[in-house]
Amino acid sequence: MKRTEREKEFSQRVISRRGLLLGSVQLGIAGTLLWRLRDMQLNQAEQFHLLAEENRINLRLLPPVRGLIFDRNGVLLAGNEQNYRVVMKRDDAGDIDLVLSRLAQLIPLTEDDIERARRDMLRNRPFVPVTVAERLNWDEISRIAANAPALPGVTPEMGLSRYYPLYEDTAHVVGYVGPVSERDLEALEAPDPVLMIPRFQIGKSGVERMQEETLRGRAGSQRVEVNAVGRVMRELDRVEGTPGDNVHLTIDAKLQNYALERLHGQSAAAVVMDVETGDILALASGPSFDPNLFVRGISSTDFRGLLDNEFRPLVNKTVQGLYPPGSTFKMVTALAALEAAATDGQETVFCPGHMDIAGHRFHCWRRGGHGRVGMVAALAQSCDVYFYEMSQRCGIDKINEMSTRLGLGIRYDLPITSVSAGLNPTREWKQRNRNADWRIGDTINASIGQGYVLTTPLQLAVMTARLASNKAVLPRLLRDPLERAEREMASLDLRPEWLRLIRRGMVDTVNHQRGTAYSSRVVAEGQMMAGKTGTSQVFSITRAEREAGIRRQEDLPWNRRNHALFVDYAPVDNPRFAVAVVVEHGMGGSSAAAPIGRDITLAALNGGVPPLSAYPAPQRNRIRAEQIELEERLRAPEAMRVSRA
Amino acid sequence: MSYLEYNTKRMPAGLAKVLYVNWPLVALLIAVAGYGFIMLYSVAGGNATPWAEPQLKRFAAGLVIMFVVAFVPLWFWRSIAGLAYAVSILLLIGVEFFGSVGMGAKRWLEIGPLRLQPSELAKITTIMALAAYYDWLDLKKTSRLLWVLLAALIAVVPALLVVRQPDLGTAMLIALGGGVVIFAAGVHWAYFAAILGAGVAVVTAVLQSRGTEWQILKDYQYRRIDAFLDPTLDPLGAGYHINQSMIALGSGGWSGRGFMEGTQARLNFLPEKHTDFIFTTLAEEFGFVGASSLLLLYMLIMGVCLLSALNTTSRFGALLITGVTGTFFLYFAVNMAMVMGLAPVVGVPLPLVSYGGSAMIVLMVGFGLVQSAHIHHARLPS
Repeated sequence: MKRTEREKEFSQRVISRRGLLLGSVQLGIAGTLLWRLRDMQLNQAEQFHLLAEENRINLRLLPPVRGLIFDRNGVLLAGNEQNYRVVMKRDDAGDIDLVLSRLAQLIPLTEDDIERARRDMLRNRPFVPVTVAERLNWDEISRIAANAPALPGVTPEMGLSRYYPLYEDTAHVVGYVGPVSERDLEALEAPDPVLMIPRFQIGKSGVERMQEETLRGRAGSQRVEVNAVGRVMRELDRVEGTPGDNVHLTIDAKLQNYALERLHGQSAAAVVMDVETGDILALASGPSFDPNLFVRGISSTDFRGLLDNEFRPLVNKTVQGLYPPGSTFKMVTALAALEAAATDGQETVFCPGHMDIAGHRFHCWRRGGHGRVGMVAALAQSCDVYFYEMSQRCGIDKINEMSTRLGLGIRYDLPITSVSAGLNPTREWKQRNRNADWRIGDTINASIGQGYVLTTPLQLAVMTARLASNKAVLPRLLRDPLERAEREMASLDLRPEWLRLIRRGMVDTVNHQRGTAYSSRVVAEGQMMAGKTGTSQVFSITRAEREAGIRRQEDLPWNRRNHALFVDYAPVDNPRFAVAVVVEHGMGGSSAAAPIGRDITLAALNGGVPPLSAYPAPQRNRIRAEQIELEERLRAPEAMRVSRA
Repeated sequence: MSYLEYNTKRMPAGLAKVLYVNWPLVALLIAVAGYGFIMLYSVAGGNATPWAEPQLKRFAAGLVIMFVVAFVPLWFWRSIAGLAYAVSILLLIGVEFFGSVGMGAKRWLEIGPLRLQPSELAKITTIMALAAYYDWLDLKKTSRLLWVLLAALIAVVPALLVVRQPDLGTAMLIALGGGVVIFAAGVHWAYFAAILGAGVAVVTAVLQSRGTEWQILKDYQYRRIDAFLDPTLDPLGAGYHINQSMIALGSGGWSGRGFMEGTQARLNFLPEKHTDFIFTTLAEEFGFVGASSLLLLYMLIMGVCLLSALNTTSRFGALLITGVTGTFFLYFAVNMAMVMGLAPVVGVPLPLVSYGGSAMIVLMVGFGLVQSAHIHHARLPS
């Protein structure tokens, strides 16, 4: 548009005025920015500098090396293994599915592994490293390193992880470790900060759990510079942690292995104890499980398999299993009667095969009766009627007292989980728990280890050790390798003449022709054994079953059959070991438990598979066949090498 | 002004134009871009790649483009202003229908091998169109309602199209850049007061619409507003950028933590450290001295351009210079206010310093227009 000069001048004036105005507004804004800059950079610099440092520096805890667990001879039971693992971070990986599928082509990964890694990555913040695979070998790690460009966010790492070189042998004793759970943390008042380390593992059961404080050690620390996604850029300084202390057990790994293999195929438990010191040499609960599975994170299929197994592999039957002791309890009743002066032990009782008490007929296990028996014969032949008589004479209170004195009904303070107290029923107990008076029938049942009486295999071993040594032996599982002098146990103060009777009864049980365990006798000089069988009823055969033709135990389903028990000590003249064996639903103590007890006792005495010469000549062929089969399952001697100097 | 005087005035032509180039402005632009190269080198951990070197090449190309634009006579730019504006509106509509999506927004138009960002183009064409409009319009009609509404429409239409992409930052720059031209053209005060009032009303509406069916902005934009109002609210989420930026900036202190020593930038606590948050890196590594000197350089550019606008005899030229520099100012002021926690994170780069192609080229075209206006007006022979 053509403009006049006046208009042009006017236009220029307006633009100049407005331009200058705009300029001053802009200058004002710039001044505000400058003022803000000055405020932040000069007045608050310190504060922001501190925040920047906080951002940059991370304090990281260094996990301490966990203490090792050894058996009594220095065989490694729990160690730390260097292994390679692969961790992955979501934010570096980008497409995690793609990277995981590439990874699966390089190393063996199951669907489960991949799914778990995916889930962990999505659940955690994107920069948190998640372990995808563990225990990789050098080849696998090299393959990953070589393909690193195709695997963004994937880093190989080296670390220590727990391993149990003897696999299932000591699973119930040593236990296993696992990742710290929310519940573990809640249970602690002031949790050790080391527990917050991702993937840190603590004892979950057994000695691993009970000796956690000893084994764990103290965390070290490391100050590192991290970037925004948490990646460590460099280390600023580091203080090494203190490794945990080693733990030495009284267990003899070789005997433990033998005992467990001897129980093979059964749901059973065996305990071997030193009668003088209380050292537990073997604590075998079969079937067992591989604790290494738990360290790696057991798959749900494996775990379900363990839970659903009717032999209950996860249960430590030696201290957790509660069994009516049956006839193995008869030594208690006998001693109670002796102490109450209810009998001199020589006096005989006539056994017609039953006894009528308070309008109820109590049977002897031998329907035809034992005829006239004294205490020794009553023990050896396990005559029930004799003990019905004795218990009536001395009463339940005396039996309780003796039972406690022999170590039953007591919860032993052992560094393993789920140790049970068993049950030593008293009048008060019945009043409190059953809301009923104690009846004479209860006493009769208790006299032969039935009714309310419940014991663990460990308690039976303690009882046997106390009978063999006349000392108040207490079981122990931890051994201080520096402690040279053995513990001195208090005397049990049982009169020698009483003990002579009891021991005589136990010797005859195994070595007298009419003894219940005569077929499990030992013939080797100096290794002779004394014991007591027990068969305890779980269910009685019902009338309906009897009418259906079920008369024998074999006809019952497995889980309704009687438990088989056997306790023994050896050698007879100079007792060293006490052994207790329980075979769940094994039907007969003499047939199922006694042979196992004999073999384990002989293994303890001989330091390995017993020589055939210890067995009666007619049995040797059969025993040899059994031994050959067993030897194949035994762990190789290399695995039992002493690894401690 | 006498006839004689009129005749003695002349327009520079041919090679003589080189003498009339606003050389102080060129020097200032190079100085500011130099800050950019240094910072891009630093945030790459002391490497020319991936940012400093491409940026240098792009700036060199930008300079060439600037001179080309500068030497084209101003009348040409005035005559194509309307056409350029129409084309950019069409392109913006094209984006609406054929645009490619990236980072949650539709901003790009792909024509064969070309990747265009029409919203960048619209920044310049809107200013050109308004400057040409007021050059054409009878001065007496400047403040008449109808003609003001028409001008407002020129500014608002491209802005609305850009908001829909959605790109709030650029839309705001277009609208405000247009507003600067309208203001400089001498439109009556009352209109601006009314706009201010309307603006307050719009802000209220935007905030009120949240969570309702007619919600105006995208959720992420609301979250940015929340984070702006209180960055501590969510230090790992929406407020993260601002928090980390302020930490970096503040920790720079008087003289900074040293070249390539900024921990916030080096350890990636700073988001977008090479683009929108590059000022933070500068402030962290060179402190108050470095940051305020860049602000000073920017203000010198503003000053030099203001002088140029005051001196030119061309109404079109003066309005063009005011519009371009006004937009330029908005760029760095909003960016700086953003990283200092004074404005929401709207995604406005620091002009000539932030890494990025189209914004830099468009700015250099803008400064080319400023230079063209500077060169092409009649003046007394010196």
